[in-house]
Amino acid sequence: MNNLIRFIFKHYVTILFILLEALSFFLLVQNNKYQRTSILNTGYEISGFVYSKYNEVAEYFSLRQENQKLAEENASLRNQLFNSYKTDTFFVQKIYDTLHKQQYIYKTAKVVHNSTDQQNNYIIIDKGLKHGITPDMAVISSNGVVGIVKDVTENFASVISLLNSNVKISAKIKRNSYFGSVSWEGSNYKKAAFNEIPVHIKIQKKDTVITSGYSTIFPEGIMIGRIEDFSFKGGDNFYQIQLDLSTDFKGLNYVYVVYNLMKEEKIPILKNIQKESKTGKNK
Amino acid sequence: MQGFIKYILGFVFFVALQVLILNNLQFSGFINPFVYIIMVMLLPFETPRWLLLVASFFLGLTIDFFSNTPGMHASATVLIGYLRPFVLKSISPRDGYDTGTLPRIKYYGLNWFIKYVIIITLIHHSFLLFVEVFRFSSFFFTLGRIFLSSIFSIFLIIGSQYFIYKR
Repeated sequence: MNNLIRFIFKHYVTILFILLEALSFFLLVQNNKYQRTSILNTGYEISGFVYSKYNEVAEYFSLRQENQKLAEENASLRNQLFNSYKTDTFFVQKIYDTLHKQQYIYKTAKVVHNSTDQQNNYIIIDKGLKHGITPDMAVISSNGVVGIVKDVTENFASVISLLNSNVKISAKIKRNSYFGSVSWEGSNYKKAAFNEIPVHIKIQKKDTVITSGYSTIFPEGIMIGRIEDFSFKGGDNFYQIQLDLSTDFKGLNYVYVVYNLMKEEKIPILKNIQKESKTGKNK
Repeated sequence: MQGFIKYILGFVFFVALQVLILNNLQFSGFINPFVYIIMVMLLPFETPRWLLLVASFFLGLTIDFFSNTPGMHASATVLIGYLRPFVLKSISPRDGYDTGTLPRIKYYGLNWFIKYVIIITLIHHSFLLFVEVFRFSSFFFTLGRIFLSSIFSIFLIIGSQYFIYKR
């Protein structure tokens, strides 16, 4: 016992070092398992607060581009309005529409922190539990896909950016509907990889890639990017496709959080399929 | 007491510089200088080793909260906090460090200071960037990042000595 105490006294610095290192790695691993302790959440509340104050100032510098973007979006929305089409007949029939039900709800949020130069990038937005944000909602911008909501606190939410090695998004080529998955390779914030497209399919440069709508998170048809380049090695079954992302992650300011109203309906079906394919009980 | 306040102000200043400005810079894609570690380097020679570790840990953790990477910076900063006394010992002048002096250019010269900064920065950056990518297999890419980021950090740290601690 005496020896032990003497040992601890002699090496207390090294022991403290190991303890602190262990604590650091504990935090690191916790973070990767999508679980945070409450102390981290308070940390985010504070850093979120500081960043939102900082952004209030920094916002003024990008006001011009932001206006431009909003104007462009307004124009494209106006193009879809009914009164920008001319009706040729006098008959207007009113029907109570039971065929079309609202499936997605869009909420706007402002980006208060963003990074593009890490290997795993995160975004913090200024909407949280209070505003009805919950984990696993989709986040898009007026230009395309942004990411998926990860953690939510009272006033803020963190979003796993598409620029994150842990994210894979189900996507398809708009022209012919063949589907694969989009993931980020960890170096350039303008590029991503589009995988799982077999080589017998004809693809072209500049083909548009959109979300497939197969998952419960993203609605169908949200722009992801265009094919910039593709190649395949001899013997491979799949193309190696490089995408030019449509979202400008550096210039992100306002985003939309998308809530899928029919998610609860779809999840049990998906789970059932997974269970049956595991037990091999396919009929 | 006055010295203590000076270090607290330095802490706030360099953390703000790191998270508000340097983390948003991006030279040619993957260079990110980490200048905040200067706060570990500048602490007095007589700082007890446990205090060095605890201060390093909190410095790293503060940066972590702002860059959304709990534990990553903390682990790297604790490492240099632990290794600092050994580094100082290995590059000490012939007759050791005089009492009442601080690890600054004006006491031990530019050559000594550059050696000190290079060693600590390389240790910190290597550890940090390898912890950051440990799921990635691209070893030489990471080595390039370490090298380039270190060059920028070293220049900024030595430059800051001439701007801030002029007196």
